[in-house]
Amino acid sequence: MIQNLLNNYEEAAAMILFGIGFTTLLFHRNLIKKLIGMNIMDTGVFMLLASMGYIRGRKAPIIENGVTDPSVYINPVPAGLVLTGIVVSVSVTAVMLSLTVRLYKRYHTLDLDEIYILSKHQKEDR
Amino acid sequence: MNFIWNLPLFTVVLSLFSGVVCMMLSPRAARNYTIAYESVLVVMTGCVLGYTLKTGTSYTYPMGEFPAPWGNEIRFGCLEALIALLFAVILLCSITAGYHFIRKDIDESKINLYFSLINLMTAALMALAWTNDVFTGYVFLEILTLTSCGILIVREIGRTTLAAARYMILNLMGSGLFLMGIVLLYDISGHLLMVPMRQSMALVSQDQSSIPVISLAIGIMTVGIAIKSGLFPFYFWMPDTYGWATPASGSILSGLVTKAYIFLLFKILYRAIGIDVLEKTPVLKILFVLGIIGMIGGSVNAMRASNVNRMIAFSSAAQTGYIYMGLGLGTVAGFEAAIFQILAHAVTKSLLFLTVPYLAEVSGNRLKFHSLQGSGRRDPLAAHFFSISSLSMIGIPIFAGFSTKLMFGQAAVLGGIHWKILVVLGALGISSVLNAIYFIRTMIRIYNDPDTLDKDPYGSHPVTDRSRTGFFLAGMVLSLLNLFLGLFSWVVSDVIYRGLGMFL
Repeated sequence: MIQNLLNNYEEAAAMILFGIGFTTLLFHRNLIKKLIGMNIMDTGVFMLLASMGYIRGRKAPIIENGVTDPSVYINPVPAGLVLTGIVVSVSVTAVMLSLTVRLYKRYHTLDLDEIYILSKHQKEDR
Repeated sequence: MNFIWNLPLFTVVLSLFSGVVCMMLSPRAARNYTIAYESVLVVMTGCVLGYTLKTGTSYTYPMGEFPAPWGNEIRFGCLEALIALLFAVILLCSITAGYHFIRKDIDESKINLYFSLINLMTAALMALAWTNDVFTGYVFLEILTLTSCGILIVREIGRTTLAAARYMILNLMGSGLFLMGIVLLYDISGHLLMVPMRQSMALVSQDQSSIPVISLAIGIMTVGIAIKSGLFPFYFWMPDTYGWATPASGSILSGLVTKAYIFLLFKILYRAIGIDVLEKTPVLKILFVLGIIGMIGGSVNAMRASNVNRMIAFSSAAQTGYIYMGLGLGTVAGFEAAIFQILAHAVTKSLLFLTVPYLAEVSGNRLKFHSLQGSGRRDPLAAHFFSISSLSMIGIPIFAGFSTKLMFGQAAVLGGIHWKILVVLGALGISSVLNAIYFIRTMIRIYNDPDTLDKDPYGSHPVTDRSRTGFFLAGMVLSLLNLFLGLFSWVVSDVIYRGLGMFL
């Protein structure tokens, strides 16, 4: 069990990162820290993808000297997925940050529970 | 290559293009443009549906002409076309009927941006309906999440901003889990396209020791979608989100967005993983049980809700439970019933979300049950639409809700597993009674006048002063669709059945 974990330390680390990020996103009350959690969570996934996609001893998939044998190169798809994932993650972070700014301007706090209580006292029609 | 083969791709690309165009138009022009574009979309998806029904096969459209398993693919049969057609119709009806409130709720300078978001959302919905690639599914799932957050916060009051923040946080957790799930599935199978993925999953799953890993991957992905679509116990974001959004957004969010997530999950489970592999994992059983609990739990919460919008939102949670129950049955009849429920619920619930604000408007903008007393006399049209949808929700014959309940019952009996038959029939019975209690209670409120008519604080004559052609037309379309799904359910269920046949 332990030996398996040590052999696959990259995957194990990725999973731990994912767990840390996920619990931060779920349980932390501060909006900014929630966002940091989200970014850690995504990093965990990207790390898993990147480590799975790399095979030791092989080269980047750029054909050199006319060698087209696929066993020489690594699979380029995981790297592409990581890049796409990073783009998505950045845009989500931007939207969440703008939401945070808007909430802070209105309620002057970043604590989600406090905001919830404050909003209960506001009267707003439909 | 036939021209119609290009239409699915055009629906996505043209929607993205429309999103950009709307940013540059004036509010009124943006509305007219979007309504015209959505009508074109209805025609385009209708053509695809007609074509696939005529030829009886599904088509694979390789993007950039790269053959499988390398390229990215769009795949369309009559099931995907039916779902895309539903998306287009509901979008069209929602923005037509909801425009009155869009103008009231949203700052004048941002109305064109709202329509721009709606068009971007259309692109995401269309892509989720057509895509045959798991990772493309993830990307458009995130675009859908972002745009749905956008159409929420465009109404600039504190409650919507808070609701949007909570909605986003839950959705981000869902997306994270979904991404982790598909990354693990990619690691196991080595493919992102759904059909090659199923083939290699079938090979991998022959080894018993791989079953726990496969279960984990499918489980993580399913939990992600369950959070995003509001399966029990993750439905507590629903009332605030749907209740405080502008009505057009509420109707789109509950009628389409959650359905698109579920359709993607269904596609991955059925096409990319395969029913044989799924049966070796406990995922379907868990979905079945959670669906049943959601059906009852959502209804119980709806009974206890403090205002009409919250009641309808919790009822959405209950209806989502129905869909998951159908998926959890694990038979073709169960899937058929689940897809039919997606259609029936989208048609019914969007009309409910669009009518309630009209009833509230003639009741001093209050949504409490006692304020709505007599609103049926003040706004008869809205009250009639509300009643049609409510009767359908309860499951009265000739309406869509009845057909779904019948199909779920039949699917359970055809499945032939005794405890499942008992549980499904029992849950359907209990859920119908609960639905009847809270919907009929509200209908009585709406049609019952206050004790003394002269003292009615909101006036004793029906409203006449608003231009309501859009609301009337959209309401009529949705009501007629509701009746069509109820009276001619065999036509639609036949299309779904044929679609499932060409799905793999």
